[in-house]
Amino acid sequence: MTLNLETHAPIGEREIHPQDSREWAKIGLILLVFAFFTVILIVPVIYVFVGAFSNGLPGFLGTLSSRPFLNALRLTLMAVAVAVPLNVIFGLCAALVIARKSFRGRTFLLSVIDLPFSISPVVAGLMLVSLYGRQGLLNPVLQAIDLRIIFSFPGIALATILGGMPFVAREVIPVLEEIGDEEEEAAKTLGASGWQTFWRVTLPSIRWALVYGIILTTARAMGEFGSIAIVSSNLIGRTQTLTLFVDSSYRNYDSQGAFATAVVLAGLAALTLVIKQVLEHLYAQRHRVK
Amino acid sequence: MTSASVEIRPSNRPKNVLQKVSIPWIVVFTHMFVILLLPLAALLLRAIVLNPAQFWALATTPIALSTYNITFGTAIVAAIVNMLMGTLTAWVLVRYEFPGKRFLDGIVDLPFALPTAVAGVTLATVYNQSGWLGQFFAPFGIQIAFSRVGVAIAMVFVSLPFVVRTVQPVLQEIEPTIEEAAWSLGASRFATFWKVILPPIIPAILTGTAQAFARAVGEFGSVVLVAANIPFQDLIAPVLVFQRLEGADIPGATVIGLVLLLISLILLLIINLLQAWGRRYDA
Repeated sequence: MTLNLETHAPIGEREIHPQDSREWAKIGLILLVFAFFTVILIVPVIYVFVGAFSNGLPGFLGTLSSRPFLNALRLTLMAVAVAVPLNVIFGLCAALVIARKSFRGRTFLLSVIDLPFSISPVVAGLMLVSLYGRQGLLNPVLQAIDLRIIFSFPGIALATILGGMPFVAREVIPVLEEIGDEEEEAAKTLGASGWQTFWRVTLPSIRWALVYGIILTTARAMGEFGSIAIVSSNLIGRTQTLTLFVDSSYRNYDSQGAFATAVVLAGLAALTLVIKQVLEHLYAQRHRVK
Repeated sequence: MTSASVEIRPSNRPKNVLQKVSIPWIVVFTHMFVILLLPLAALLLRAIVLNPAQFWALATTPIALSTYNITFGTAIVAAIVNMLMGTLTAWVLVRYEFPGKRFLDGIVDLPFALPTAVAGVTLATVYNQSGWLGQFFAPFGIQIAFSRVGVAIAMVFVSLPFVVRTVQPVLQEIEPTIEEAAWSLGASRFATFWKVILPPIIPAILTGTAQAFARAVGEFGSVVLVAANIPFQDLIAPVLVFQRLEGADIPGATVIGLVLLLISLILLLIINLLQAWGRRYDA
Protein backbone atom coordinates (compact mmCIF):
# COMPACT_ATOMS: atom_id res chain seq x y z
CA MET A 1 0.00 0.00 0.00
CA THR A 2 2.72 2.48 0.93
CA LEU A 3 4.57 1.49 -2.21
CA ASN A 4 1.46 2.19 -4.22
CA LEU A 5 1.03 5.64 -2.74
CA GLU A 6 4.64 6.48 -3.40
CA THR A 7 4.36 5.67 -7.10
CA HIS A 8 1.05 7.42 -7.42
CA ALA A 9 1.99 10.73 -5.94
CA PRO A 10 4.77 11.66 -8.37
CA ILE A 11 2.67 10.69 -11.38
CA GLY A 12 -0.19 12.83 -10.18
CA GLU A 13 2.21 15.69 -9.62
CA ARG A 14 3.75 15.18 -13.00
CA GLU A 15 0.43 15.41 -14.72
CA ILE A 16 -0.91 18.48 -13.02
CA HIS A 17 2.13 20.55 -12.27
CA PRO A 18 3.73 20.63 -15.73
CA GLN A 19 0.36 21.34 -17.32
CA ASP A 20 0.10 24.43 -15.17
CA SER A 21 3.61 25.69 -15.86
CA ARG A 22 3.11 24.85 -19.53
CA GLU A 23 0.15 27.19 -19.62
CA TRP A 24 2.31 29.99 -18.22
CA ALA A 25 5.13 29.23 -20.63
CA LYS A 26 2.64 29.36 -23.48
CA ILE A 27 1.31 32.77 -22.44
CA GLY A 28 4.84 34.06 -21.91
CA LEU A 29 6.00 32.92 -25.36
CA ILE A 30 2.95 34.40 -27.09
CA LEU A 31 3.48 37.72 -25.30
CA LEU A 32 7.16 37.70 -26.23
CA VAL A 33 6.34 37.17 -29.90
CA PHE A 34 3.73 39.93 -29.84
CA ALA A 35 6.18 42.30 -28.10
CA PHE A 36 8.77 41.60 -30.79
CA PHE A 37 6.30 42.17 -33.62
CA THR A 38 4.96 45.32 -31.97
CA VAL A 39 8.38 46.91 -31.72
CA ILE A 40 9.75 45.80 -35.09
CA LEU A 41 6.67 45.76 -37.29
CA ILE A 42 3.32 46.91 -35.91
CA VAL A 43 4.28 50.30 -34.44
CA PRO A 44 6.31 51.34 -37.52
CA VAL A 45 3.48 50.35 -39.87
CA ILE A 46 0.91 52.24 -37.77
CA TYR A 47 3.24 55.23 -37.92
CA VAL A 48 3.15 55.22 -41.72
CA PHE A 49 -0.56 56.05 -41.53
CA VAL A 50 -0.21 58.62 -38.74
CA GLY A 51 2.58 60.36 -40.65
CA ALA A 52 0.53 60.44 -43.83
CA PHE A 53 -2.27 62.31 -42.11
CA SER A 54 -0.10 64.68 -40.03
CA ASN A 55 -1.49 67.54 -42.11
CA GLY A 56 -4.97 66.08 -42.07
CA LEU A 57 -6.88 64.70 -45.00
CA PRO A 58 -6.20 67.77 -47.22
CA GLY A 59 -2.45 67.27 -46.83
CA PHE A 60 -2.79 63.61 -47.73
CA LEU A 61 -4.96 64.32 -50.76
CA GLY A 62 -2.70 67.22 -51.71
CA THR A 63 0.24 64.86 -52.05
CA LEU A 64 -1.77 62.33 -54.00
CA SER A 65 -2.90 64.95 -56.51
CA SER A 66 0.47 66.67 -56.92
CA ARG A 67 2.19 66.47 -60.29
CA PRO A 68 5.40 64.78 -59.04
CA PHE A 69 3.38 62.10 -57.30
CA LEU A 70 1.19 61.42 -60.34
CA ASN A 71 4.24 61.25 -62.59
CA ALA A 72 5.95 58.85 -60.19
CA LEU A 73 2.79 56.72 -60.09
CA ARG A 74 2.63 56.67 -63.88
CA LEU A 75 6.29 55.68 -64.18
CA THR A 76 5.90 52.92 -61.58
CA LEU A 77 2.84 51.53 -63.35
CA MET A 78 4.70 51.63 -66.68
CA ALA A 79 7.61 49.69 -65.17
CA VAL A 80 5.16 47.17 -63.69
CA ALA A 81 3.38 46.84 -67.04
CA VAL A 82 6.65 45.98 -68.76
CA ALA A 83 8.28 43.86 -66.05
CA VAL A 84 5.41 41.68 -64.84
CA PRO A 85 4.28 40.11 -68.17
CA LEU A 86 7.87 39.40 -69.21
CA ASN A 87 8.69 37.81 -65.87
CA VAL A 88 5.48 35.77 -65.89
CA ILE A 89 6.24 34.32 -69.32
CA PHE A 90 9.84 33.66 -68.29
CA GLY A 91 8.79 32.12 -64.98
CA LEU A 92 6.27 29.80 -66.63
CA CYS A 93 8.77 28.64 -69.24
CA ALA A 94 11.49 28.17 -66.63
CA ALA A 95 9.09 26.16 -64.44
CA LEU A 96 8.05 23.93 -67.35
CA VAL A 97 11.66 23.32 -68.30
CA ILE A 98 12.88 22.64 -64.78
CA ALA A 99 9.97 20.57 -63.51
CA ARG A 100 9.28 18.57 -66.67
CA LYS A 101 12.64 17.93 -68.28
CA SER A 102 15.53 16.12 -66.73
CA PHE A 103 18.87 17.37 -67.95
CA ARG A 104 22.34 18.05 -66.67
CA GLY A 105 22.74 21.29 -64.83
CA ARG A 106 19.13 21.44 -63.71
CA THR A 107 20.12 22.46 -60.18
CA PHE A 108 22.58 24.93 -61.63
CA LEU A 109 19.86 26.54 -63.76
CA LEU A 110 17.63 26.77 -60.71
CA SER A 111 20.43 28.51 -58.78
CA VAL A 112 20.97 31.00 -61.62
CA ILE A 113 17.25 31.81 -61.63
CA ASP A 114 17.49 32.37 -57.86
CA LEU A 115 20.43 34.74 -58.22
CA PRO A 116 18.40 37.98 -58.18
CA PHE A 117 17.12 36.96 -54.71
CA SER A 118 20.57 36.91 -53.22
CA ILE A 119 22.22 39.74 -55.17
CA SER A 120 22.09 43.09 -53.40
CA PRO A 121 19.87 45.53 -55.33
CA VAL A 122 22.84 47.88 -55.43
CA VAL A 123 24.93 45.23 -57.18
CA ALA A 124 22.06 44.61 -59.62
CA GLY A 125 22.06 48.32 -60.48
CA LEU A 126 25.84 48.28 -60.78
CA MET A 127 25.62 45.35 -63.22
CA LEU A 128 23.26 47.32 -65.46
CA VAL A 129 25.51 50.40 -65.29
CA SER A 130 28.53 48.23 -66.22
CA LEU A 131 26.72 47.17 -69.37
CA TYR A 132 24.72 50.18 -70.47
CA GLY A 133 26.29 53.13 -68.60
CA ARG A 134 28.41 55.92 -70.05
CA GLN A 135 31.55 53.85 -69.51
CA GLY A 136 29.71 50.59 -70.01
CA LEU A 137 30.54 47.80 -72.41
CA LEU A 138 27.66 48.47 -74.79
CA ASN A 139 28.02 52.24 -74.73
CA PRO A 140 29.55 52.55 -78.24
CA VAL A 141 26.66 50.56 -79.70
CA LEU A 142 24.05 52.53 -77.75
CA GLN A 143 25.57 55.85 -78.86
CA ALA A 144 25.61 54.71 -82.49
CA ILE A 145 21.89 53.96 -82.44
CA ASP A 146 21.20 56.91 -80.11
CA LEU A 147 19.54 54.82 -77.42
CA ARG A 148 19.66 55.85 -73.81
CA ILE A 149 19.12 53.17 -71.18
CA ILE A 150 20.74 54.34 -67.97
CA PHE A 151 19.12 57.46 -66.48
CA SER A 152 15.94 56.84 -68.45
CA PHE A 153 12.94 54.50 -68.57
CA PRO A 154 14.56 51.43 -70.20
CA GLY A 155 17.06 51.26 -67.34
CA ILE A 156 14.26 51.48 -64.76
CA ALA A 157 12.36 48.74 -66.59
CA LEU A 158 15.42 46.48 -66.77
CA ALA A 159 16.12 46.94 -63.04
CA THR A 160 12.48 46.12 -62.26
CA ILE A 161 12.56 42.98 -64.41
CA LEU A 162 15.82 41.84 -62.82
CA GLY A 163 14.50 42.23 -59.27
CA GLY A 164 11.32 40.25 -59.88
CA MET A 165 12.74 37.50 -62.07
CA PRO A 166 12.53 34.42 -59.78
CA PHE A 167 9.08 34.76 -58.19
CA VAL A 168 6.80 32.99 -60.70
CA ALA A 169 9.22 30.12 -61.33
CA ARG A 170 9.71 29.70 -57.56
CA GLU A 171 5.95 29.41 -56.96
CA VAL A 172 5.07 27.22 -59.93
CA ILE A 173 7.93 24.66 -59.83
CA PRO A 174 6.89 22.91 -56.58
CA VAL A 175 3.25 22.63 -57.76
CA LEU A 176 4.27 21.20 -61.13
CA GLU A 177 6.52 18.70 -59.38
CA GLU A 178 3.78 17.71 -56.96
CA ILE A 179 1.06 17.10 -59.54
CA GLY A 180 3.39 15.03 -61.73
CA ASP A 181 3.09 14.70 -65.50
CA GLU A 182 0.70 11.75 -65.79
CA GLU A 183 -2.27 13.82 -66.93
CA GLU A 184 -0.12 15.70 -69.42
CA GLU A 185 1.22 12.44 -70.82
CA ALA A 186 -2.32 11.08 -71.04
CA ALA A 187 -3.45 14.15 -72.96
CA LYS A 188 -0.51 13.79 -75.33
CA THR A 189 -1.22 10.12 -76.03
CA LEU A 190 -4.81 11.06 -76.77
CA GLY A 191 -3.48 13.34 -79.48
CA ALA A 192 -3.41 16.78 -77.85
CA SER A 193 -0.76 19.17 -79.13
CA GLY A 194 1.78 20.80 -76.83
CA TRP A 195 -0.25 24.01 -76.66
CA GLN A 196 -3.53 22.19 -76.03
CA THR A 197 -1.94 20.18 -73.25
CA PHE A 198 -0.59 23.36 -71.68
CA TRP A 199 -3.86 25.33 -71.87
CA ARG A 200 -6.27 22.54 -70.94
CA VAL A 201 -4.25 20.38 -68.54
CA THR A 202 -1.20 22.14 -67.13
CA LEU A 203 -2.46 25.70 -66.72
CA PRO A 204 -5.66 24.88 -64.77
CA SER A 205 -3.71 22.84 -62.22
CA ILE A 206 -1.10 25.52 -61.57
CA ARG A 207 -3.34 28.57 -61.70
CA TRP A 208 -3.29 29.36 -57.96
CA ALA A 209 0.48 29.17 -57.78
CA LEU A 210 0.69 31.25 -60.94
CA VAL A 211 -1.61 33.96 -59.60
CA TYR A 212 0.34 33.98 -56.34
CA GLY A 213 3.60 34.33 -58.28
CA ILE A 214 2.14 37.20 -60.33
CA ILE A 215 1.08 38.99 -57.14
CA LEU A 216 4.55 38.64 -55.63
CA THR A 217 6.21 39.81 -58.86
CA THR A 218 3.92 42.84 -58.99
CA ALA A 219 4.53 43.70 -55.34
CA ARG A 220 8.27 43.47 -55.86
CA ALA A 221 8.11 45.54 -59.05
CA MET A 222 6.27 48.35 -57.28
CA GLY A 223 8.67 48.28 -54.34
CA GLU A 224 11.90 48.06 -56.30
CA PHE A 225 14.24 50.73 -55.00
CA GLY A 226 18.00 50.15 -54.66
CA SER A 227 18.71 49.16 -58.25
CA ILE A 228 16.42 51.89 -59.63
CA ALA A 229 18.13 54.47 -57.40
CA ILE A 230 21.32 53.65 -59.31
CA VAL A 231 20.02 53.46 -62.88
CA SER A 232 17.66 56.43 -62.63
CA SER A 233 18.73 60.06 -62.75
CA ASN A 234 16.04 60.65 -60.11
CA LEU A 235 14.62 63.79 -61.74
CA ILE A 236 11.44 64.91 -60.00
CA GLY A 237 8.45 64.32 -62.23
CA ARG A 238 10.51 62.58 -64.91
CA THR A 239 12.56 59.59 -63.81
CA GLN A 240 11.21 59.14 -60.31
CA THR A 241 9.26 56.02 -59.38
CA LEU A 242 7.09 55.91 -56.25
CA THR A 243 9.86 54.51 -54.06
CA LEU A 244 12.32 57.17 -55.28
CA PHE A 245 9.62 59.75 -54.59
CA VAL A 246 9.30 58.50 -50.98
CA ASP A 247 13.07 58.76 -50.59
CA SER A 248 13.44 62.24 -52.06
CA SER A 249 10.39 63.66 -50.26
CA TYR A 250 11.79 62.41 -46.96
CA ARG A 251 15.22 63.86 -47.65
CA ASN A 252 13.66 67.20 -48.59
CA TYR A 253 11.90 67.30 -45.19
CA ASP A 254 8.49 66.71 -46.77
CA SER A 255 7.82 63.80 -44.43
CA GLN A 256 4.06 64.14 -44.83
CA GLY A 257 4.44 63.66 -48.60
CA ALA A 258 6.81 60.75 -48.05
CA PHE A 259 4.36 59.04 -45.70
CA ALA A 260 1.35 59.72 -47.92
CA THR A 261 3.14 57.95 -50.76
CA ALA A 262 4.24 55.26 -48.32
CA VAL A 263 0.56 54.73 -47.41
CA VAL A 264 -0.25 54.11 -51.06
CA LEU A 265 2.59 51.59 -51.31
CA ALA A 266 1.78 50.01 -47.94
CA GLY A 267 -1.89 49.81 -48.95
CA LEU A 268 -0.92 47.94 -52.10
CA ALA A 269 1.34 45.69 -50.01
CA ALA A 270 -1.52 44.96 -47.60
CA LEU A 271 -3.79 44.25 -50.55
CA THR A 272 -1.34 41.67 -51.93
CA LEU A 273 -1.29 40.00 -48.51
CA VAL A 274 -5.07 39.86 -48.34
CA ILE A 275 -5.30 38.38 -51.85
CA LYS A 276 -2.59 35.90 -50.87
CA GLN A 277 -4.50 34.79 -47.75
CA VAL A 278 -7.73 34.43 -49.75
CA LEU A 279 -5.92 32.35 -52.39
CA GLU A 280 -4.34 30.13 -49.75
CA HIS A 281 -7.73 29.64 -48.16
CA LEU A 282 -9.30 28.71 -51.51
CA TYR A 283 -6.41 26.40 -52.28
CA ALA A 284 -6.70 24.64 -48.92
CA GLN A 285 -10.47 24.19 -49.41
CA ARG A 286 -9.95 22.73 -52.86
CA HIS A 287 -7.43 20.26 -51.52
CA ARG A 288 -9.71 19.19 -48.73
CA VAL A 289 -12.53 18.48 -51.19
CA LYS A 290 -10.16 16.28 -53.18
CA MET B 1 10.82 -6.21 -87.21
CA THR B 2 13.76 -4.20 -88.45
CA SER B 3 11.60 -2.14 -90.75
CA ALA B 4 9.26 -1.31 -87.90
CA SER B 5 12.05 -0.08 -85.65
CA VAL B 6 13.48 1.96 -88.50
CA GLU B 7 10.09 3.57 -88.95
CA ILE B 8 9.81 4.52 -85.30
CA ARG B 9 13.28 5.96 -84.88
CA PRO B 10 13.19 8.73 -87.46
CA SER B 11 9.85 10.00 -86.21
CA ASN B 12 11.10 9.96 -82.64
CA ARG B 13 14.45 11.59 -83.13
CA PRO B 14 13.55 14.94 -84.67
CA LYS B 15 10.78 15.31 -82.10
CA ASN B 16 13.28 14.92 -79.27
CA VAL B 17 15.62 17.48 -80.77
CA LEU B 18 12.71 19.86 -81.30
CA GLN B 19 11.57 19.36 -77.74
CA LYS B 20 14.99 20.28 -76.45
CA VAL B 21 15.03 23.61 -78.26
CA SER B 22 11.33 24.24 -77.75
CA ILE B 23 9.80 27.67 -77.13
CA PRO B 24 10.20 27.49 -73.32
CA TRP B 25 13.93 26.92 -73.68
CA ILE B 26 14.32 29.85 -76.05
CA VAL B 27 12.35 32.14 -73.73
CA VAL B 28 14.28 31.02 -70.64
CA PHE B 29 17.69 31.53 -72.19
CA THR B 30 16.90 34.81 -73.94
CA HIS B 31 15.41 36.33 -70.81
CA MET B 32 18.16 35.05 -68.54
CA PHE B 33 20.86 36.15 -70.96
CA VAL B 34 19.59 39.69 -71.55
CA ILE B 35 18.38 40.49 -68.06
CA LEU B 36 20.86 38.69 -65.83
CA LEU B 37 23.88 37.11 -67.49
CA LEU B 38 24.91 39.92 -69.83
CA PRO B 39 24.92 42.59 -67.08
CA LEU B 40 26.67 40.12 -64.75
CA ALA B 41 29.34 39.45 -67.37
CA ALA B 42 29.78 43.20 -67.88
CA LEU B 43 30.46 43.68 -64.17
CA LEU B 44 32.95 40.80 -64.12
CA LEU B 45 34.72 42.08 -67.26
CA ARG B 46 35.10 45.54 -65.81
CA ALA B 47 36.71 44.08 -62.71
CA ILE B 48 39.07 41.90 -64.74
CA VAL B 49 40.45 44.98 -66.50
CA LEU B 50 41.96 46.03 -63.19
CA ASN B 51 45.17 44.20 -62.29
CA PRO B 52 45.06 42.09 -59.13
CA ALA B 53 47.19 44.50 -57.12
CA GLN B 54 44.90 47.41 -58.00
CA PHE B 55 41.87 45.27 -57.25
CA TRP B 56 43.24 44.27 -53.86
CA ALA B 57 44.15 47.85 -53.01
CA LEU B 58 40.66 49.09 -53.85
CA ALA B 59 38.95 46.19 -52.06
CA THR B 60 40.90 46.71 -48.84
CA THR B 61 40.95 50.46 -48.30
CA PRO B 62 40.32 51.31 -44.63
CA ILE B 63 36.83 52.56 -45.46
CA ALA B 64 36.01 49.40 -47.40
CA LEU B 65 37.30 47.17 -44.59
CA SER B 66 35.23 49.03 -42.03
CA THR B 67 32.10 48.67 -44.19
CA TYR B 68 32.60 44.89 -44.43
CA ASN B 69 33.07 44.78 -40.70
CA ILE B 70 29.90 46.79 -40.03
CA THR B 71 27.84 44.99 -42.69
CA PHE B 72 28.74 41.51 -41.44
CA GLY B 73 28.72 42.28 -37.74
CA THR B 74 25.28 43.84 -37.96
CA ALA B 75 23.91 41.22 -40.37
CA ILE B 76 25.05 38.42 -38.04
CA VAL B 77 23.29 40.06 -35.10
CA ALA B 78 20.14 40.53 -37.22
CA ALA B 79 20.27 36.92 -38.45
CA ILE B 80 20.60 35.60 -34.88
CA VAL B 81 17.69 37.72 -33.69
CA ASN B 82 15.63 36.39 -36.60
CA MET B 83 16.75 32.83 -35.92
CA LEU B 84 15.56 32.96 -32.30
CA MET B 85 12.44 35.06 -32.74
CA GLY B 86 11.54 33.46 -36.08
CA THR B 87 11.69 29.94 -34.64
CA LEU B 88 9.70 31.08 -31.61
CA THR B 89 7.09 32.75 -33.84
CA ALA B 90 6.75 29.61 -35.97
CA TRP B 91 6.38 27.54 -32.78
CA VAL B 92 3.71 29.82 -31.35
CA LEU B 93 1.80 29.88 -34.66
CA VAL B 94 1.87 26.10 -35.09
CA ARG B 95 1.30 24.90 -31.53
CA TYR B 96 -0.88 27.44 -29.78
CA GLU B 97 -4.36 28.83 -30.17
CA PHE B 98 -4.75 32.45 -29.09
CA PRO B 99 -6.66 35.57 -30.08
CA GLY B 100 -4.92 37.45 -32.89
CA LYS B 101 -3.27 34.35 -34.29
CA ARG B 102 -4.58 34.85 -37.81
CA PHE B 103 -3.56 38.50 -37.66
CA LEU B 104 -0.03 37.54 -36.62
CA ASP B 105 0.19 34.90 -39.32
CA GLY B 106 -1.01 37.45 -41.86
CA ILE B 107 1.45 40.23 -41.02
CA VAL B 108 4.54 38.00 -40.95
CA ASP B 109 4.92 38.51 -44.73
CA LEU B 110 4.44 42.27 -44.57
CA PRO B 111 8.19 43.08 -44.68
CA PHE B 112 8.43 41.28 -48.03
CA ALA B 113 5.49 43.14 -49.50
CA LEU B 114 6.40 46.56 -48.09
CA PRO B 115 8.92 48.51 -50.20
CA THR B 116 12.28 48.86 -48.45
CA ALA B 117 12.27 52.63 -48.92
CA VAL B 118 9.01 52.79 -46.96
CA ALA B 119 10.51 50.61 -44.23
CA GLY B 120 13.57 52.87 -44.04
CA VAL B 121 11.62 56.13 -43.81
CA THR B 122 9.31 54.65 -41.17
CA LEU B 123 12.00 53.10 -38.99
CA ALA B 124 14.06 56.31 -39.14
CA THR B 125 11.06 58.31 -37.91
CA VAL B 126 9.87 55.88 -35.26
CA TYR B 127 13.32 55.23 -33.82
CA ASN B 128 14.84 58.72 -33.86
CA GLN B 129 15.52 60.53 -30.57
CA SER B 130 12.00 61.98 -30.40
CA GLY B 131 10.20 59.21 -32.28
CA TRP B 132 7.47 56.97 -30.83
CA LEU B 133 9.92 54.24 -29.83
CA GLY B 134 13.24 56.12 -29.89
CA GLN B 135 12.17 58.46 -27.09
CA PHE B 136 12.18 55.57 -24.60
CA PHE B 137 15.84 54.86 -25.31
CA ALA B 138 17.10 58.45 -25.61
CA PRO B 139 17.15 59.12 -21.82
CA PHE B 140 19.59 56.22 -21.42
CA GLY B 141 21.86 57.67 -24.08
CA ILE B 142 20.93 54.96 -26.56
CA GLN B 143 20.64 56.26 -30.08
CA ILE B 144 18.86 53.83 -32.39
CA ALA B 145 18.17 55.58 -35.70
CA PHE B 146 21.31 56.90 -37.40
CA SER B 147 23.51 54.34 -35.64
CA ARG B 148 24.45 50.68 -35.99
CA VAL B 149 21.52 49.67 -33.79
CA GLY B 150 19.17 51.23 -36.33
CA VAL B 151 20.95 49.39 -39.14
CA ALA B 152 20.46 46.11 -37.25
CA ILE B 153 16.76 46.84 -36.71
CA ALA B 154 16.29 47.59 -40.42
CA MET B 155 18.03 44.31 -41.26
CA VAL B 156 15.84 42.38 -38.80
CA PHE B 157 12.76 44.03 -40.32
CA VAL B 158 13.47 43.20 -43.96
CA SER B 159 14.46 39.58 -43.29
CA LEU B 160 11.80 38.84 -40.68
CA PRO B 161 9.68 36.35 -42.72
CA PHE B 162 12.48 33.96 -43.79
CA VAL B 163 12.94 31.84 -40.64
CA VAL B 164 9.22 31.84 -39.76
CA ARG B 165 8.20 30.66 -43.22
CA THR B 166 10.84 27.94 -43.53
CA VAL B 167 10.35 26.50 -40.02
CA GLN B 168 6.52 26.71 -39.91
CA PRO B 169 5.73 23.94 -42.47
CA VAL B 170 8.34 21.56 -41.02
CA LEU B 171 7.04 22.07 -37.51
CA GLN B 172 3.50 21.47 -38.76
CA GLU B 173 4.48 18.04 -40.01
CA ILE B 174 5.89 16.84 -36.70
CA GLU B 175 3.19 14.87 -34.94
CA PRO B 176 2.51 16.09 -31.42
CA THR B 177 2.12 12.40 -30.49
CA ILE B 178 5.88 11.85 -30.84
CA GLU B 179 6.48 14.59 -28.36
CA GLU B 180 3.82 13.18 -26.03
CA ALA B 181 5.43 9.76 -26.31
CA ALA B 182 8.80 11.19 -25.23
CA TRP B 183 7.05 13.02 -22.44
CA SER B 184 5.23 9.94 -21.17
CA LEU B 185 8.46 7.94 -21.25
CA GLY B 186 9.74 10.36 -18.65
CA ALA B 187 11.81 12.80 -20.73
CA SER B 188 11.97 16.27 -19.28
CA ARG B 189 10.51 19.11 -21.29
CA PHE B 190 13.99 20.37 -22.12
CA ALA B 191 15.13 16.91 -23.22
CA THR B 192 11.99 16.50 -25.33
CA PHE B 193 12.63 19.77 -27.10
CA TRP B 194 16.35 19.13 -27.52
CA LYS B 195 16.16 15.51 -28.70
CA VAL B 196 12.77 15.19 -30.38
CA ILE B 197 11.65 18.52 -31.78
CA LEU B 198 14.86 20.35 -32.58
CA PRO B 199 16.71 17.83 -34.83
CA PRO B 200 14.12 17.71 -37.64
CA ILE B 201 13.68 21.49 -37.71
CA ILE B 202 17.39 22.38 -37.58
CA PRO B 203 17.90 22.30 -41.39
CA ALA B 204 14.89 24.61 -41.83
CA ILE B 205 16.13 26.97 -39.10
CA LEU B 206 19.59 27.14 -40.67
CA THR B 207 18.21 27.62 -44.19
CA GLY B 208 15.97 30.46 -43.05
CA THR B 209 18.78 32.04 -41.05
CA ALA B 210 21.17 31.87 -44.01
CA GLN B 211 18.53 33.45 -46.25
CA ALA B 212 17.93 36.17 -43.66
CA PHE B 213 21.67 36.77 -43.40
CA ALA B 214 22.06 37.00 -47.20
CA ARG B 215 19.20 39.47 -47.39
CA ALA B 216 20.64 41.52 -44.51
CA VAL B 217 24.10 41.70 -46.10
CA GLY B 218 22.69 42.98 -49.40
CA GLU B 219 20.02 45.27 -47.96
CA PHE B 220 20.18 48.83 -49.19
CA GLY B 221 16.87 50.71 -49.26
CA SER B 222 15.89 50.58 -45.60
CA VAL B 223 19.44 50.90 -44.25
CA VAL B 224 20.44 53.90 -46.36
CA LEU B 225 17.52 55.81 -44.84
CA VAL B 226 17.82 54.64 -41.23
CA ALA B 227 21.60 55.08 -41.00
CA ALA B 228 23.64 58.26 -40.89
CA ASN B 229 25.93 56.61 -43.49
CA ILE B 230 29.08 57.93 -41.84
CA PRO B 231 32.27 55.95 -42.65
CA PHE B 232 33.63 53.87 -39.73
CA GLN B 233 30.36 54.40 -37.84
CA ASP B 234 27.39 52.95 -39.64
CA LEU B 235 28.29 52.92 -43.33
CA ILE B 236 27.55 49.50 -44.86
CA ALA B 237 29.10 48.04 -48.02
CA PRO B 238 26.06 48.38 -50.33
CA VAL B 239 25.72 52.06 -49.41
CA LEU B 240 29.45 52.53 -50.07
CA VAL B 241 28.93 51.11 -53.59
CA PHE B 242 26.12 53.60 -54.09
CA GLN B 243 28.18 56.54 -52.80
CA ARG B 244 31.14 55.61 -55.02
CA LEU B 245 28.87 55.45 -58.08
CA GLU B 246 27.37 58.82 -57.22
CA GLY B 247 30.90 60.21 -56.93
CA ALA B 248 31.67 58.71 -60.37
CA ASP B 249 34.34 56.47 -58.82
CA ILE B 250 33.46 53.56 -61.05
CA PRO B 251 36.47 51.27 -60.35
CA GLY B 252 35.91 51.74 -56.61
CA ALA B 253 32.22 50.89 -56.93
CA THR B 254 32.94 47.90 -59.18
CA VAL B 255 35.44 46.34 -56.79
CA ILE B 256 33.23 46.62 -53.69
CA GLY B 257 30.24 45.50 -55.75
CA LEU B 258 32.15 42.44 -56.89
CA VAL B 259 33.14 41.59 -53.31
CA LEU B 260 29.45 41.76 -52.36
CA LEU B 261 28.53 39.64 -55.38
CA LEU B 262 31.05 36.93 -54.45
CA ILE B 263 29.72 36.88 -50.90
CA SER B 264 26.14 36.49 -52.09
CA LEU B 265 27.19 33.66 -54.43
CA ILE B 266 28.86 31.84 -51.53
CA LEU B 267 25.76 32.36 -49.39
CA LEU B 268 23.54 31.06 -52.21
CA LEU B 269 25.68 27.93 -52.39
CA ILE B 270 25.41 27.44 -48.62
CA ILE B 271 21.62 27.90 -48.76
CA ASN B 272 21.30 25.34 -51.57
CA LEU B 273 23.39 22.84 -49.62
CA LEU B 274 21.30 23.41 -46.49
CA GLN B 275 18.09 22.89 -48.46
CA ALA B 276 19.45 19.66 -49.94
CA TRP B 277 20.32 18.56 -46.41
CA GLY B 278 16.78 19.36 -45.27
CA ARG B 279 15.30 17.24 -48.06
CA ARG B 280 17.55 14.32 -47.16
CA TYR B 281 16.26 14.57 -43.62
CA ASP B 282 12.76 14.36 -45.06
CA ALA B 283 13.38 11.03 -46.76
